[in-house]
Amino acid sequence: MYRSHVLVCGGTGCTSSGSQQIQDLLKAEIEKAGLSKEVSVVQTGCHGLCALGPIMIVYPEGTFYSMVKPEYIPEIVQEHLLKGRVVKKYVYEETIDNDEIKPLVETAFYKKQHRIALRNCGVINPENIDEYIGTRGYEALGKVLTEMTPEQVIDTILASGLRGRGGAGFPTGKKWQLARNLVQDGGQKYVCCNADEGDPGAFMDRSVLEGDPHVVLEAMAIAGYAIGASQGYIYVRAEYPIAVERLTIAIGQAREYGLLGKNIFGTDFSFDIDLRLGAGAFVCGEETALMTSIEGNRGEPRPRPPFPAVKGLFARPTILNNVETWANIPQIILNGPEWFASMGTEKSKGTKVFALGGKINNTGLVEIPMGTTLREVIEEIGGGIPNGKKFKAAQTGGPSGGCIPVEHFDVPIDYDNLIAIGSMMGSGGLIVMDEDNCMVDIAKFFLQFTVDESCGKCTPCRIGTKRLLEMLEKVTDGKATLEDLDKMEELCNYIKANALCGLGQTAPNPVLSTLRYFRDEYVAHVVDKKCPAGVCKSLLTYTIDPETCIGCGMCAKGCPADAISRTDYVAPGHKLASMSIDPAKCVKCGACMGTCKFKAISKK
Amino acid sequence: MSSKICSVPFKGTKEQEAQLKAVINDLRDQRGCLMPIMQKAQAIYGYLPIEVQTMIADELNIPLEKVYGVATFYAQFALYPKGEYQISVCLGTACYVKGSGDVYDKLQQKLGITGGQCTPDGKFSLDACRCIGACGLAPVMTINGDVYGKLTPDKVEGILANYK
Repeated sequence: MYRSHVLVCGGTGCTSSGSQQIQDLLKAEIEKAGLSKEVSVVQTGCHGLCALGPIMIVYPEGTFYSMVKPEYIPEIVQEHLLKGRVVKKYVYEETIDNDEIKPLVETAFYKKQHRIALRNCGVINPENIDEYIGTRGYEALGKVLTEMTPEQVIDTILASGLRGRGGAGFPTGKKWQLARNLVQDGGQKYVCCNADEGDPGAFMDRSVLEGDPHVVLEAMAIAGYAIGASQGYIYVRAEYPIAVERLTIAIGQAREYGLLGKNIFGTDFSFDIDLRLGAGAFVCGEETALMTSIEGNRGEPRPRPPFPAVKGLFARPTILNNVETWANIPQIILNGPEWFASMGTEKSKGTKVFALGGKINNTGLVEIPMGTTLREVIEEIGGGIPNGKKFKAAQTGGPSGGCIPVEHFDVPIDYDNLIAIGSMMGSGGLIVMDEDNCMVDIAKFFLQFTVDESCGKCTPCRIGTKRLLEMLEKVTDGKATLEDLDKMEELCNYIKANALCGLGQTAPNPVLSTLRYFRDEYVAHVVDKKCPAGVCKSLLTYTIDPETCIGCGMCAKGCPADAISRTDYVAPGHKLASMSIDPAKCVKCGACMGTCKFKAISKK
Repeated sequence: MSSKICSVPFKGTKEQEAQLKAVINDLRDQRGCLMPIMQKAQAIYGYLPIEVQTMIADELNIPLEKVYGVATFYAQFALYPKGEYQISVCLGTACYVKGSGDVYDKLQQKLGITGGQCTPDGKFSLDACRCIGACGLAPVMTINGDVYGKLTPDKVEGILANYK
């Protein structure tokens, strides 16, 4: 027994900011202080507040140290761990309330959260199966195998109202039911986990895999029993090395404990799981493309029907669910479908994890009940926009989603509401943009992404998105007409209606939603030839205010295009003549603005 | 889909070839083994030149066209050698809205190469990548797997200096 546990986050965010070094130092200092028998250091998964990393929590007090630097460690060990005095200056300021330290769950960031999928992330050591078992891990699998029929399992999931967390929101129980019933020839069926989290800016699946890998294995085994499958595959992005490593460890441990393999829990049910690594193709997050990729081919999607429930992986009935969906399953089995269905809105039950990113104070992972408003997420949990800037839009659903303007701030977030306002849930990326982001540029950014990632199999996506991108480039270059905007809209609708898979069908969404809510910005580019946010380079002009310029000439030295020269105007009170920029030579790199110490240069 | 044809001469060794053959023999009975084999081959050689692809095709007795098709489809298979230091700038959404595009431009300017290329001395290669999941530290780049976060264009030069 240890009297104190120090939890150090070992998620990707904290590892990137140096948590491994913190851990090593901590162990060394604890050893030096002679505390190794009293204090234990535990590496955990992600706590969600990635912007504050590296993160370290001392239990039983629950003291939350944030942005820990190696030089803090000796002091924390000596003062806190040895003498029991919290080192307040290194504690996360939000947890200090009038000299009292309050628990993390009462801070604005955590107060409105409700953790189901992330319940073990940051709490247990993901590389130790006993810690997972200690939090009721594998109990749901035991219950299913010994007390329930496959039909009962499916009915439970159906009754819970759980919908796929990968983006489209298809009812999970329905998917399982189809895979069980449509083909009953006694042959092999497959259970797959989609861990190819390609949506840039979303990282909840990675956090679950890194922080609680066993939950995915347990849930997949439950599904295997429900549909009659004995083999599972997890398709995980190669960009997530820590997740791959922890999954490999978890699979090994589960096999060793007999929780994967033959005759699990002494029943006649056998189930095993293999890992497959992706190789950097966004389209492989689409279900049929993912299966084609596991088969060892170019990851091109296939037309549906036949749906995977009939003919999926290796042409056999297959179910594919995303990581976050899997993470909900054991809890539903243990606590009952009514418990799950009591959370959320009428048609979207339970919670959803969002990855808050972009121009927001608390970047990180949050899990909230469905039906929470965007305002609560951004202003309360996210802590608002940094640097006193004005909020412009929130982007959800990644390259398949849209931008939500401020007038829809009070819409309760669920699958159907987001679609009604022209975006979608997607996997849960939520990127906040402020007044300095140009919405046409953002639409162009997403289109560039889709053009790069289009697999090329169908024409509407391969050629349509390319043409759409060219039209957007015309807009940001100031060469488009108002008629082009109408043509763009028409092309968007054409691509949506005709592309083969989800990637193409949703690719125009960023353009359509920005056209719908930020048409004035498009018009400003087209008619006034101006970029209101000052982003689109071709439409910018840099000018020097002759009254403010003191004529030091630093800007001219830094100009790569020799576009800046001295005028013969000397402003009142100045000794030297002011400088000016030749717009014909200017390449709009912005270097001059960075060098001017007198704020005499502006862009418009 | 640029830079797919490699002009650098192939310098594979006998040991590497033996390693590759062992990997192929180990995995050949697994269903869908081609991608795992190619991933291991890239780990052995650092990239997948046509010579390596040919070896895989011959060993598995499948057409070279199939191996080449898979190699060119996935972004992580490299058909050209990488630099000693591989720089990868995240251009995912969270990093992009926080200005990773400017960091990328600065790197291209400093190194004198465009994305996907390698400097003539073989020191640095530069690529853009999509989201490594460290969005809390945006904008980020990695050099041989080491993550640099909260970047601005003027931090680039100092970071590169560590690798000279």
